[in-house]
Amino acid sequence: MPTSNGGVAWLGEYRFALSELVLKDFRVRYRNMSLGIFWSLLNPLVMMGVLTFVFTQVYPSTQSSFPVFVLCGLIPFNFFALAWSSGTASLLDNIALIKRVPVPREIVPVASVLSHCLHLGIQIALLILFTLLYGFQINIYWMLLPLVWALEVIFVIGMVMATSALNVYVRDTRYVVESVNLILFWLVPVFYSFEMIRPEHAGIYQLNPVAALVLAMRSILMQGHAPPWTLLYKLTITSLTAFAVGLFIFRRLKHRFYDYL
Amino acid sequence: MAAIEFRNVSKTFPHGGGRQVLLSNLFGQVFLDNWRKPAPDPFYALRDVSFQVEAGHGLALVGHNGAGKSTLLSLATGVSEPDSGEVIVRGRVSSVLDLGAGFHHELTGEENLRLNAALMGLSEKRFTELLPQIIGFAGVGDFIKEPLRTYSSGMSMRLAFAVAVHLDPDVLVIDEIIAVGDGDFQRKCLERMAEFRAARKTILFASHSAPTVRAMCDHALWIDHGQVRMHGPVDEVLDAYNGAKDGS
Repeated sequence: MPTSNGGVAWLGEYRFALSELVLKDFRVRYRNMSLGIFWSLLNPLVMMGVLTFVFTQVYPSTQSSFPVFVLCGLIPFNFFALAWSSGTASLLDNIALIKRVPVPREIVPVASVLSHCLHLGIQIALLILFTLLYGFQINIYWMLLPLVWALEVIFVIGMVMATSALNVYVRDTRYVVESVNLILFWLVPVFYSFEMIRPEHAGIYQLNPVAALVLAMRSILMQGHAPPWTLLYKLTITSLTAFAVGLFIFRRLKHRFYDYL
Repeated sequence: MAAIEFRNVSKTFPHGGGRQVLLSNLFGQVFLDNWRKPAPDPFYALRDVSFQVEAGHGLALVGHNGAGKSTLLSLATGVSEPDSGEVIVRGRVSSVLDLGAGFHHELTGEENLRLNAALMGLSEKRFTELLPQIIGFAGVGDFIKEPLRTYSSGMSMRLAFAVAVHLDPDVLVIDEIIAVGDGDFQRKCLERMAEFRAARKTILFASHSAPTVRAMCDHALWIDHGQVRMHGPVDEVLDAYNGAKDGS
């Protein structure tokens, strides 16, 4: 059996392990719940309802089709925040596995993120349903959706690789991640539009893959045109960089996981 | 050729927090030494350990609690890495270091078997072929469809062991768990071990139970405070070890 040093090969050899770990998270989460998988739908629906109420009744926004607009923000943000914080804790949550089974360590944070992708799929279906209900048309740019979402997943995996490894040695990492997520809710255009951001800040927003994804979703689903190419290439570069840096940090830190878990 | 080979292996566990380890791993020890006072001397769990196990032989590890047996096993399976020296294991390793590592108490017995087998590196196809045998060996009956939290500790151990012995490894690493389980199951395990030996597989086994050790292993390694005290035929080492225990 290969040790934890395997490179790309482990993805092939450990595909069964990876899929079982992903399913484990999923099964365990829903087994004893009477609403089961509906929780994946309920959470964004409730948040959508609350934000729509606030921004149409309390703080009226000029934005039309506000529920679709806010879902385009909520779903990418929720996915990022949940996947990042639970991924950060994933190594600590799987101590028995890390200390007793010689699987490649990378598999644990990756499985944690992928198990969130299952919820994400359900939530994206919800978003598409609302988009169609509000009369938006399917257009050719929908073909970009898998690409932008894949980039988002790559970005999250990179972030999770870095923070989960740091969290083994410095356990406060998890709380830092949660605080950053709170701040991000305001800094990602979840409930306001990109047009409200001053031009001098706009370039920076495009560098944040979560914000970039929100913008891309809105231009594809609501405005019916492709997101600006500058946004797509910035999204690609930041996602791939985050992945490379995350993997690098993880590889450097994994050798002593056993001693600190 | 030796199936397991340890060359001057040392393993330390650093004192203190993870911050120093984090910085030294990210930026290098030199950076850390310049930046602050060096860390206190680490604790040596193993110091300069060298030995070999030829393919097809069984090596028993004996020693007091805390002598370094489990550390040695963790190095042999590859879950932890030595500070210095080399650990070479040739062939596929499967290990039973704990009762069902990676088992989850909310999953059913069968789901846990799947998960465990997958983590041990089995392919899905092979697992599906082996499943009836594994379930038969575990012998937990209808409980196989029940969540693991309803199992007794003996039952979950049987589940874990059933997977491990069906992996068809070249090297089997076991931490003293066979002591759990009733006599019937212990006998089944020993039979299976004998088949293993007959098939020229290598066994590394940590145990306090002299009869089990004698049945499964031809050589023994006595570890004392992280160092090799004695390595030789199983009877000689056990006699010396037990003699020292009685004497002290």
